[in-house]
Amino acid sequence: MSDRDLLALMPLLVLAAAAVVVMLAIAWRRHHGLVATLAALGLAGSLASLPFAERAAPRSVTPLLVVDGPTLYYWGLLLSGSLVVTALVYLYPLRGGERWEELYLLLLLATLGAAVLAASVHFASLFLGLELLSVSLYAMIAYPRQTGVAIEAGVKYLILAAASSAFLLFGLALSYAVTGELTLTAVAIALEAETPSLVALAAVGLLLAAVGFKLALVPFHLWTPDVYAGAPAPVTAFVATVSKGAMFAVVLRLFHDLDGANDRVVLVLTLLAVLSMLFGNLLALLQDNLKRLLAYSSIAHLGYLLVTLLAAGELAQQAAAYYLTAYFVATLGAFAVVTCASDTEREADWLEDYRGLFWRRPAVAAFLTASLLSLAGIPLTAGFVGKFLVLTAGVDSGVWIPVFALLLGSAIGLYYYLRVIVVMWSDGPAPAHPRLQPLGALTLVSLAVPLLLLGVYPQPLMELIRAFQP
Amino acid sequence: MILLALLAIPLAGGLLAWLPRDRHASWSRFICLLALVLDLGLAVGIWVRASDDTWLAQARWEWLPGLGISFHLGLDGLSLLLVVLALFLGILSVAASWTEVTTRVGFFHLNLMWILTGIIGVFLALDLFLFYFFWELMLVPMAFLIGIWGHENRIYAAIKFFLFTQASGLLMLLSIVALALAHRADQGAWSFDYFDLLGTDTGRLGPWLFLGFFIAFAVKLPAVGLHTWLPDAHTEAPTAGSVVLAGLLLKTGAYGLIRFAVPLFPEAAATAAPWAMALGALGVLYGALLAFGQTDLKRLVAYSSVSHLGFVLLGVFAGNAQALQGAVMTMICHGLSTGALFVVVGLLQERLHTRELSGMGGLLSSAPRLGGLATLFAMASLGLPGLGNFVGELLVLLGAFRTSPWIAVLATIGLVGSTVYSLWILQKVFHGAPAEDVVVRDLSAREVVTLGALATALLWLGLHPQPVLDTAQPTVDSVMELLRE
Repeated sequence: MSDRDLLALMPLLVLAAAAVVVMLAIAWRRHHGLVATLAALGLAGSLASLPFAERAAPRSVTPLLVVDGPTLYYWGLLLSGSLVVTALVYLYPLRGGERWEELYLLLLLATLGAAVLAASVHFASLFLGLELLSVSLYAMIAYPRQTGVAIEAGVKYLILAAASSAFLLFGLALSYAVTGELTLTAVAIALEAETPSLVALAAVGLLLAAVGFKLALVPFHLWTPDVYAGAPAPVTAFVATVSKGAMFAVVLRLFHDLDGANDRVVLVLTLLAVLSMLFGNLLALLQDNLKRLLAYSSIAHLGYLLVTLLAAGELAQQAAAYYLTAYFVATLGAFAVVTCASDTEREADWLEDYRGLFWRRPAVAAFLTASLLSLAGIPLTAGFVGKFLVLTAGVDSGVWIPVFALLLGSAIGLYYYLRVIVVMWSDGPAPAHPRLQPLGALTLVSLAVPLLLLGVYPQPLMELIRAFQP
Repeated sequence: MILLALLAIPLAGGLLAWLPRDRHASWSRFICLLALVLDLGLAVGIWVRASDDTWLAQARWEWLPGLGISFHLGLDGLSLLLVVLALFLGILSVAASWTEVTTRVGFFHLNLMWILTGIIGVFLALDLFLFYFFWELMLVPMAFLIGIWGHENRIYAAIKFFLFTQASGLLMLLSIVALALAHRADQGAWSFDYFDLLGTDTGRLGPWLFLGFFIAFAVKLPAVGLHTWLPDAHTEAPTAGSVVLAGLLLKTGAYGLIRFAVPLFPEAAATAAPWAMALGALGVLYGALLAFGQTDLKRLVAYSSVSHLGFVLLGVFAGNAQALQGAVMTMICHGLSTGALFVVVGLLQERLHTRELSGMGGLLSSAPRLGGLATLFAMASLGLPGLGNFVGELLVLLGAFRTSPWIAVLATIGLVGSTVYSLWILQKVFHGAPAEDVVVRDLSAREVVTLGALATALLWLGLHPQPVLDTAQPTVDSVMELLRE
């Protein structure tokens, strides 16, 4: 490993070091504030080292990892997301006797796994990153072990994630059997033949199943609502954003050169996208629990993102990056409000918990409204520009069926986002909402700024994304 | 810069109006009035200084240059008239909600002002992305206005309104994107600019793209079949909401047809013209018929809107300058007369706590000023010569008769219908035997000024419509020129 290799991997190294420091700090002295600060510093340090890594980029570091434009962009996104989640974990109201210090350690490890995923170009690093992320997540989801639902959610995730890992491994093995290669491009090579062998198709199928599970695409979405509802709100935020974002970064790389390579694969992807968009939105209509509602909405959003995959091309890649960023901001925003509205008794995860929020906490309610409108893709918010770009990319490539599913899904989606907003302005017996802490206010403000700025003035981010093109 | 100021003043005014606590509610009202009067002054200033150019003012800033999107505003005669109308009705809505809205006053005015901002933006935008941006922007505060300050069934109405307009808006967005891509395929460069996209060769996609625009505008207009959101939204909205909905929001649909749908797709528009005209005439009849069948006064006025806007649809697609002028005139006069009728209904509801016709009667004796003015507005609505609506509807019918006489004849029957329901209102509410021995308060000075301003405007448009026709002329000419090519 040369100096430049180390320079390029600096963000990962800082993150790993931070995990060790946090672990030692916990062993030395259990202090919530101290550990949280260390974890936040670690993530901030990793973010701060991105410009250094950029100097070495683009660079393949060992055959396993590559640090290029997209890697750096998604690293930035994932690390920022984790930083927000750290703040949320700290804000999460603890019951007496609960110890949350180890959650920061798990959070850092999971982020490390996500970052490895985003940089991986090899089956080994892909699997390594994925397992690091998943194993940390099992523990994170089930962390509040006094509550039954969290344990249930954790076990559910454990079993299904393990099964999907098995699918992934088998898929990789088959792909290796066909091509004799372990790089991600092997999948594309396997499909290059005029009529790909059954083994090659099976490999891709198994791979898609594993990917579909992680991204919670229909029909691999069954774990999502339970895990979203059972896990503590900050962890749910992590599952919804960082975990899925990292996987999507891999998928973008994986299918980058697949551009219409095989009709059957395109057909399956189209099917996954359309089903996710429609079922995600339709099932969300039935939810009275905000976290479950967001679970189904996230299924639909990943469906929208798949449209960029089907569209392929430069514009589609930019659209994917923009949309994912907008999705991160809005989803983190929604979960930040859930976290801030919860008290030590229970989480504020039912719609009824938000009744009349507009009249008692206007700023928080306005922020949640903006986040939901962004998810719905209404102008002035980041989500609108994202949806516009995805639509443009889709129409540009003429993938009409997913485009119409996107429109239909968006129209259905509006209804359930509006339902939440309507509850917030309705009168009625309103629950008491805890006061907003200074850190909570800071978190909300730091999410509100990009939420609106990306919707009103998209040019800077577009330029940034263009600068980090592959 | 002046165009940016037109947008920025209501935007900032709304934010400022939000600041005062409910105890100092009148501050919010005065801030809004001040901002709107100032804005109206600006717009009238442009009108007075107007030259003969088609475009009186334009401004352009880069926004998303990578995709050829710019913040392009422009003002021609048509936009100017509608902006003036928007601000005028905006002032009256603030006045009309002076005593009606007593809760959450600051937030109410924030929403009202932002709707106006969105509407003015729609009338000024010359970039299709920007147009869509404003188009959607006005929906959220409007849904809030209906959903928070509306009547009994407000949540249902707000959601229905939002879903109808949003879903149709998405189709328009798809059309906009496809049009821009067709332009790129043609010219090799991205652009969402109106002038660049004019004359784009869309090939066989053309009719479909036109349909996308048409559906979005027809929902807003509303055309028969896509109108079902309107009676609910109108009925449940507070007075100011109804005034803005009827007076302005519906006009954005008509404006969209004149500014975008027809000029961008002249061929498709010509093909669709007979169908659209028939739809318009059907709307005239259907609206009048259903208006007559209502027992809720506000619903009745709402259905009369469907009828009047049928004339606009008829005029836009008749394909000659006369009818188009008539459509523009009808848009403005309908905004004023229906706005006025909604204010009257609001005043009645404030006094009687009912909108049911059966609960009213003989009010002329106790409220002569209200009765007198209401008579004037009902007369305007039925198209009495000397009042603005007559000029508009006559021009539409004359123009339409030249292209398709039978459709024009059909629409004329609708005029009879509007006479029936207008007189029906007067008879039931102000004449006849009093339903109970209620004594209603007559108009206060503020209310006289509000309604008096509307009455004056209608009289002026009816007796001396030439300035308005002259202002709209260049726009009408340029649309006709595009159609002839």
